[in-house]
Amino acid sequence: MSKYIPVRLGKISFLLEKRSLVLFVSLFVLMAILIVISLGLGQMKISPLNVVRSILGIGTEMEQLVVLSFRMPRILMAAIAGIGLALSGAILQGIIRNPLASPDIIGITGGAAFTTVGFLAWFSDRSNTLTVSISWLPLASLSGAIIMGLLVYFLAWNKQGITPIRLVLIGVGLSATVQALTTMTMLLGPIFTASRANIWITGSVNGTNWSEVVTVIPWMMVSILILFIFTRRLNIQELGEELATNAGGLVQKDRFVLLLLSTALAGGAVAFAGGIGFVGLMAPHMARKLVGSAFGVLLPVSGLIGGIIVLLADLIARTAFAPLEVPAGVLTSAIGAPYFIYLLYQSGKK
Amino acid sequence: MIKSSWTKWIGLIIGVLLIIVFMWASVILGLTKISTQMVFDSFYQFDGSNEHIIIQDTRIPRALIAGAVGASLAIAGAIMQGLTNNPLASPSVFGVNAGASFLVVVGISFFGITSLGTLKWLAFLGALITVVIVYVLGSLGRDGITPIKLTLAGAAIAALFSSLTQGVLTLNEQALDQVLFWLAGSVQGRELELLTSVFPYFLTGWLCAIIIGRQMNVLSMGDDVAKGLGQRTLLVRIFGAVLVILLAGGAVAVAGPIGFIGIVIPHIARWLVGIDYRWIIPYSGVLGALLLLFADIGARYIIMPSEVPVGVMTAFIGTPFFIYIARRGINE
Amino acid sequence: MEEMDAISTNSLTLGYGEAKIIEELDLAIPKGEITVFIGSNGCGKSTLLRSLARLLKPQKGSIVLDGNEIAHMPTKKIARNLAILPQSPTAPEGLTVLQLVKQGRYPYQNWLQQWSNEDENAVISALQATGMSELAERKVDSLSGGQRQRAWIAMTLAQDTDIILLDEPTTYLDMTHQIDILDLLYDLNQTEHRTIVMVLHDLNLACRYADHIVAIQDKQIYKQGEPDEIITPELVHAVFGLRCQVTCDPICGTPLCVPFSKGRHLKGVNHGKSLVR
Repeated sequence: MSKYIPVRLGKISFLLEKRSLVLFVSLFVLMAILIVISLGLGQMKISPLNVVRSILGIGTEMEQLVVLSFRMPRILMAAIAGIGLALSGAILQGIIRNPLASPDIIGITGGAAFTTVGFLAWFSDRSNTLTVSISWLPLASLSGAIIMGLLVYFLAWNKQGITPIRLVLIGVGLSATVQALTTMTMLLGPIFTASRANIWITGSVNGTNWSEVVTVIPWMMVSILILFIFTRRLNIQELGEELATNAGGLVQKDRFVLLLLSTALAGGAVAFAGGIGFVGLMAPHMARKLVGSAFGVLLPVSGLIGGIIVLLADLIARTAFAPLEVPAGVLTSAIGAPYFIYLLYQSGKK
Repeated sequence: MIKSSWTKWIGLIIGVLLIIVFMWASVILGLTKISTQMVFDSFYQFDGSNEHIIIQDTRIPRALIAGAVGASLAIAGAIMQGLTNNPLASPSVFGVNAGASFLVVVGISFFGITSLGTLKWLAFLGALITVVIVYVLGSLGRDGITPIKLTLAGAAIAALFSSLTQGVLTLNEQALDQVLFWLAGSVQGRELELLTSVFPYFLTGWLCAIIIGRQMNVLSMGDDVAKGLGQRTLLVRIFGAVLVILLAGGAVAVAGPIGFIGIVIPHIARWLVGIDYRWIIPYSGVLGALLLLFADIGARYIIMPSEVPVGVMTAFIGTPFFIYIARRGINE
Repeated sequence: MEEMDAISTNSLTLGYGEAKIIEELDLAIPKGEITVFIGSNGCGKSTLLRSLARLLKPQKGSIVLDGNEIAHMPTKKIARNLAILPQSPTAPEGLTVLQLVKQGRYPYQNWLQQWSNEDENAVISALQATGMSELAERKVDSLSGGQRQRAWIAMTLAQDTDIILLDEPTTYLDMTHQIDILDLLYDLNQTEHRTIVMVLHDLNLACRYADHIVAIQDKQIYKQGEPDEIITPELVHAVFGLRCQVTCDPICGTPLCVPFSKGRHLKGVNHGKSLVR
């Protein structure tokens, strides 16, 4: 038992695996370092030390402006979006019991994309200016994600409840449908809207401001809190319907709550950062390789890996091709492709 | 369900006649009204009038393309469903369309390729890459290929290629304008040369598909039984995959990614003629042509004077059907 | 001797990658008899059966059918000599019994000749032999488990082969239907002299029906021969890891294996004392 540290605080008791704890802490540190480095890079280079000074409020005025007002919001958003997408993917993989499930594939991102493009197209006048405030855009995306999540859930529902396979199939079908709708909406609007919409669909944290970050944080915090209460039930879900019931899980009710949580996390992320692809698929997968499949550890590790992936993608997206700015989603997809090939290679060795 | 074999033949003949009727409707219906007389005149006494030009350059190519592409996608779907034992297999769900589109978009926007011949090969190549990746991804793990793994692998690859396509387009706004309509899937405004350059592949695909019907009947009983009966199953699968690549890749090259035909039509065909692939495949071809012709005519009337891309129309028609099949469930 | 064997293997090695399941195995299946493979779960008996039917390629060694190595035979020619019924096969939804049985003629057909008189006769007699003539138009998925298995056996009969391999033909069947299927196979062996090779889980049924038992243990044949000669408590312990007594089947007189176990003990039974025949 020396690999585990039992923690007992009054009524609260659980086991911590030493290795996972070390891993978690080191990933957390890695993420912090990445944030500091990322804050320092860009058109104006700032040394990590000065970045830290700026964060603490003792840097030069200019540096403080760049670090805190310009770069910090988008970098935090990148991390938050990555965490949200990764957790969402980890939940879906648990419910569906398949490592290829993720919010992109089940249609949640697609639903958000449709309402976003719809928002841009329908609330624009002839001169391509929006007739309502742009600050409503995240709400449009979020509602798209949630409506889609619910739609998939209820269409997959029958008397016996939902089964993972039906969830996948309905999700795949509906996401193809909303994709068609999205393309049509882009097509009917002016090309300016289309190109703007396209950047959103691809996913980018460019232009994030503090108020958006402040809006998204409570949303994510609450979702994550509920998620950790449900972690044990997710473990049970992975056993499959019959065994889960046997272990005393309220399988159907839990499935609904978990799916809702997954939608809320992915929806919150895409509402502000757009449809950054493949994070929800890759991050939990990598986490599983590192720590195995117990969700108590898997979830936090997936979240951190997701955050790191998007942070890195955004860093590269805004620095590597300067002055051109690439949407971060292009890079996550570009990492996604080799990752698939890696999966193929792994299977080839078996 | 049609039982006897001569009624099946009659059904097929009626289907072919209907295709001709639909094509005729496709030529005369639309924003510019056209009479049958004008169609004949445009062949025998071409006078350069607006109507004649529309008939010759727009309507006739469009009708022919819709028929050929619809038939090809439906047959590709039927083959995929047979080879994978998966009722949801189809070029769009398994990402073949997305893969072919991606390479075409890369060709257009990065390399400025406009030659039809080259784009056609890019589409074939994209389809080939996708088929291989999906197949290998779907067969990962101990239990081999299962329907759910294959579906997820296909969906993941479809998502991957479509997000890569979007990525490419964000970098190149001009290309976006060029390819957006094509990307939605459309048979409008395509030149006849596009069809004639792909037609030999279509024709080969159709004929070979009808020939492998018997092999697919055997394969549908499972790999072990088929092998036990002396079938070289790998050969049949590879042959089938090549046909899918020819048909779906060719369809994308001509009309862009059009979804849902490949999934819906084989089911209707199966419902009409039972489980014998020797009949399912020709029926799929005929019904697929009819559906795309119908959807294309409908696409002209929804938001007149503009047009809805036909891919969106097929999505509307196909979604309820897809949900119906998915709810009925597949063997896990 | 060569002519007495239906199939034989020479230092056959089977496995997936590094993991070997069968190693350097020499086996001869006698012609016209019923051979049964027994062994504990995962000992490789199904793998061996599948390799005999070329569903699995050997890593090393060869399999000889009628004096020819099967690796060098056209697969359709093998299918005319040897039929295999895999474990719990599934028919596509909506397939009728007749359509299923007709597929058994696949190895005899080609592009030109798709339905000859022989095909017709073979299908009719296969349906008759299995008692499925009445049910020919029924859908396979609407049949009971026992009927479904009969339909599949009819398909392998239509293949008209001297050798039939069956991988656990009685799994998922209740006791009545197990006996029913095995009696059917026994009759086929007696009246038509077909060589039957199968994997069975139930050791006692194996003893009843087999002319020749092959006990597989640790990638090798532990022992083979007539059930009466080889089935001993020692063999059962070695192959299955089970302690038992072997007594005499009160109906057939074949060996009957009665395992030691916990459970209710009736008075007056002196357990532990040997009752060996």
